[in-house]
Amino acid sequence: MLSLRNLWVEYGDKVVLERISLDIAEGSFVSIIGPSGAGKSSLLRTILGQERPTRGTITLDGAALPAECGPDRGVVFQRYSVFPHLTVLGNTLIGLEFSKAPFVARLFGSARRAAIAEAEAMLEQVGLADSRHLYPAQMSGGMQQRLAIAQALIKRPRILLLDEPFGALDPGIRGDMHGLITRLWREHGLTIIMVTHDIKEAFSLGTRVLTLDKRRHDPHAPQRYGAGVVYDLELTRKQAVAEVAEVAGNVLSITIDTKVNT
Amino acid sequence: MRWVTAAPNRRGALLLGALPLLVLALAYVIAAAARHADNPADKILPLPGAMAAAMAGLLFEADPLSGQYLFWADTIASLWRLGLGLGIATTSALLVGLALGALPPVRATFGPLVTAVAVIPPIALLPILFIVFGLGETAKVALIVVGVAPFMIRDVAGHIGALPREQVIKALTLGANSWGVVLRVALPQALPRLFEALRLSLGPAWVFLISAEAIAADVGLGYRIFLVRRYLAMDVILPYVAWIALLAVVMDLALSRGSRRLFGWAHPGGH
Repeated sequence: MLSLRNLWVEYGDKVVLERISLDIAEGSFVSIIGPSGAGKSSLLRTILGQERPTRGTITLDGAALPAECGPDRGVVFQRYSVFPHLTVLGNTLIGLEFSKAPFVARLFGSARRAAIAEAEAMLEQVGLADSRHLYPAQMSGGMQQRLAIAQALIKRPRILLLDEPFGALDPGIRGDMHGLITRLWREHGLTIIMVTHDIKEAFSLGTRVLTLDKRRHDPHAPQRYGAGVVYDLELTRKQAVAEVAEVAGNVLSITIDTKVNT
Repeated sequence: MRWVTAAPNRRGALLLGALPLLVLALAYVIAAAARHADNPADKILPLPGAMAAAMAGLLFEADPLSGQYLFWADTIASLWRLGLGLGIATTSALLVGLALGALPPVRATFGPLVTAVAVIPPIALLPILFIVFGLGETAKVALIVVGVAPFMIRDVAGHIGALPREQVIKALTLGANSWGVVLRVALPQALPRLFEALRLSLGPAWVFLISAEAIAADVGLGYRIFLVRRYLAMDVILPYVAWIALLAVVMDLALSRGSRRLFGWAHPGGH
């Protein structure tokens, strides 16, 4: 569905990503891992449309992807994904309001009631139905990420991009969130691309794990070469569990820097 | 108990806060009494009774020349100028600050201009304002606007410009256009900051008001103070200064209460 052809991302002299060619199938859950600075987030931002690739093309169903953020690609960041001035319900409604009322970005009357019903159904799915009148500052990190997911999913995006979505959460909450995202992925038939620095998370959630790292390294000019895909592992659900142990061994031999990208 | 962790309760804090004010008032009365013991006609530190008598004339008796109750006429004239000046400054800070903060091309175009205007000392512009607008109300209001608007614009623009980039990206992925981002993301988050900027601008606004009134006016709190200075009328000046302080405190409190009430989300834990 999503296809990247010979993608390069460069900041001035610094090559971040080079020769990235990928085909991502509809309904897949792609985890991207790799050391810090390997361009995981750059790749995600490029697919999101926040950054333009310096070379190469991205196509969605054969059509070139507009190099701007739009409602076909939803996103959840590690932080700052929800609006602090809106309640849980307001944060979920805002996506519907933007598209249905382009001038005032607000809905009234029956249109608003319909939107509220839709938003509440969405909040029910992520387990925030009872918190609809809270502001983000009154909620825990896990609840904020649940809200960010609900906010993105109400737009029914073709692709959901997750940038270390659970990186700032403590382990117990993270487990709950893994269950939630897996369930939503199945129920909504989503295509998910997730950047993470947690290898276990990458393998337990993903149907495909990509490892980004530099294939070439010039010690005199460390910026000369960018990162590419060094491992591309397809996991089927059945295989996944068996293969984790075996493949994780390979991947672990690559230095994985677990510093949090903030 | 250590000083850095000691937390006085509400009543205790109120008492502690009132204490220095009471000490100051008492010290004044003692000093005034001492001076009056030496010289019963002293004008520099008038006794409270003399101040009350002088103020009663301004408060309750119409001025024989103009037929106005001078204290109230002064207060209304000053508050009108202050309100108009701050109103114009606040409106322009919201509109210009929002555009500068939320739209990078606008910031690139007009940011340097706003910075250049902001570094000019407003009082240096006062002669120009008098020449351009004459000696009437316009020049006084214009001085307040010129004095506080650049600060408020830069404060709001800076705050909006510093909002996490993620918020804008998120809004765009939710189907917003630029207008939608300004209306639903930038504007609501600019408002509490605008209230804060307005609060901080009250002090300078009063300075510019009193300065303008001292130089050219025929009514106003600042005008009265500078007029009666010629007669060493401390019995009028001191109550006027106290009245200005009271007005400023009330405005400050009203703004901070209003912000808490309207934008509870921006004041976590402050209820």
